[in-house]
Amino acid sequence: MGRRLLLPHTRRLMLFLRPMRYSASATATATAGSLRDPLHVCVVGSGPAGFYTAEKMLKGREGVRVDIIDRLPTPFGLVRSGVAPDHPETKIVVNQFSRVAANPRCSFFGNVTLGSDLSLSELRKTYDVVVLAYGAESDRSFGIPGEDLRGIHSAREFVWWYNGHPDMCNLAPDLTNTDSAVVLGQGNVALDVARILLRCTTELASTDIADYALDALRSSTIRKVYLVGRRGPVQAACTAKELREILGLKNVNVYIKEADLATSPADKEEMRNSRIKRRVYELLSKAATVHQENNDNDRKELHFVFFRKPTKFLPSEDGSTVGAMELEKTLLKDDGATGKQVAVGTGEFEELKCGIVLKSIGYKSLPIEGLSFDKYRGVVPNLRGRVLSSESETATVEPGLYVVGWLKRGPTGIVATNLHCAEETVDSILEDDRKGLFTDPSGPKRQGRRGLLEILEQKNARYVPFDGWEKIDTKEKADGELKNKPREKITRWNELLEAAREG
Amino acid sequence: MSMLEAAHENDIELEGACEGSLACSTCHVIVMDVKDYNKLEDPTDEENDMLDLAFGLTETSRLGCQVIAKPELDGVRLALPAATRNFAVDGFVPKPH
Repeated sequence: MGRRLLLPHTRRLMLFLRPMRYSASATATATAGSLRDPLHVCVVGSGPAGFYTAEKMLKGREGVRVDIIDRLPTPFGLVRSGVAPDHPETKIVVNQFSRVAANPRCSFFGNVTLGSDLSLSELRKTYDVVVLAYGAESDRSFGIPGEDLRGIHSAREFVWWYNGHPDMCNLAPDLTNTDSAVVLGQGNVALDVARILLRCTTELASTDIADYALDALRSSTIRKVYLVGRRGPVQAACTAKELREILGLKNVNVYIKEADLATSPADKEEMRNSRIKRRVYELLSKAATVHQENNDNDRKELHFVFFRKPTKFLPSEDGSTVGAMELEKTLLKDDGATGKQVAVGTGEFEELKCGIVLKSIGYKSLPIEGLSFDKYRGVVPNLRGRVLSSESETATVEPGLYVVGWLKRGPTGIVATNLHCAEETVDSILEDDRKGLFTDPSGPKRQGRRGLLEILEQKNARYVPFDGWEKIDTKEKADGELKNKPREKITRWNELLEAAREG
Repeated sequence: MSMLEAAHENDIELEGACEGSLACSTCHVIVMDVKDYNKLEDPTDEENDMLDLAFGLTETSRLGCQVIAKPELDGVRLALPAATRNFAVDGFVPKPH
């Protein structure tokens, strides 16, 4: 019925899609092949990259068995520990991931750490396919003087802290020694931390924010937050939804200098090519013209500081913590290679007093033993998800080893970016499978899940199965109900493991 | 009923990570006939914020969860953006090998 129109970039008309029924006996789609041998897949990391990969592998071929391991007892990666407490709609995707985990051909193994409970080479001997999806658990740093002063944290640490990640529950940032907080960076994570510092705690009290963080924020003396970027409004990395939200916070005056909004021809070209930049710039322009009400004690301040790069962190008077930052004014120059505008120092400096600094300049992945790693980009060298032996041009493909998510692309994008990233990696895996790269008649048959269980038993490693997470989930929700919160997060390792085993 | 709900009722694979809460762009659809696109109410700021991030955005793109069935839309055809090998997300341009 009707003509099939071909549009660029379209796959096919929705009406002509072959329906896919998601069930325990899901049939393979277009892949050819008769009766399939089981394909044992291990995904390391249970965030969006890991779960989208598991889902697509299960749909992509008959006989796939996927085990997802994670070093935490709780699954879902940054959906649980990164997405801000006041963004609950972004967490709804865990429903979809839970359905994947419920598939009989999929198993979750929490509290299992690659590198200590088992090595990469053990994993590759146990599974036909290993997909590394363990993200980026470290931070970029400035490498400037004073960076190790107390009171300076990475945004990742701060976000893990207010989200109750068991590695950061003892961070104890001091929110009472100052009225000024500086956030370095202007991406969505920077906006998240600024917003959590500024939002009325009565609003935060009904979210899943960690209880100790809510307490700390209730006694916070921070009244001014500075969002500092090296470049200008056109280069700010945040997106419209988050910007609109922070500009609309009640009881917050927003300060943006009109002079910072001047645009060069290069800026205009950047905006011409990007709908996101155009809309972000419009929001910032409108906010700059809003007349600020008199600042009474109830109103907090959000300052957008552009064209400033940090050169030093300076100690407070008693020397114990950070007391101020030295910033250098910048100009934008064409980088001469890619047409990108970079910030260049002008030799003019100024000081900004502050008692806490949150660095939000990017996450970084961690290398592991036996895995090639591009130290400069902070990713595993790969070709469409196939791990390469190095970043050089003569690198070879590592058989059966793949990468997905931030470990593959770098720490950018949103939850949905991993959907397309996983599609690409899974396409590579299925292509390699069709070419017979995983069948080696001379080699030993890989044991998959059975092999993993043997290794874990030998090491006495007590893993948390998905229903162990479900016990944690049930307890958190029940405790949350008593306080009008969607959940009260369990934030200590021993308590998480205990809750996983109860009942 | 939204197009997202209609897709799921008919076992069509349209992603819906946030289940219609305007917090993602995974249900992005392309309205194939501009006449049908013009019959729809303009997207809100919130929908536009999500469309900003949609993969393969076009001039007649909408979020499937925000397009509600009505008699005037009878026969509307919606396409799903393709996942190409050299995908471009967030302005990323793949470097030539």
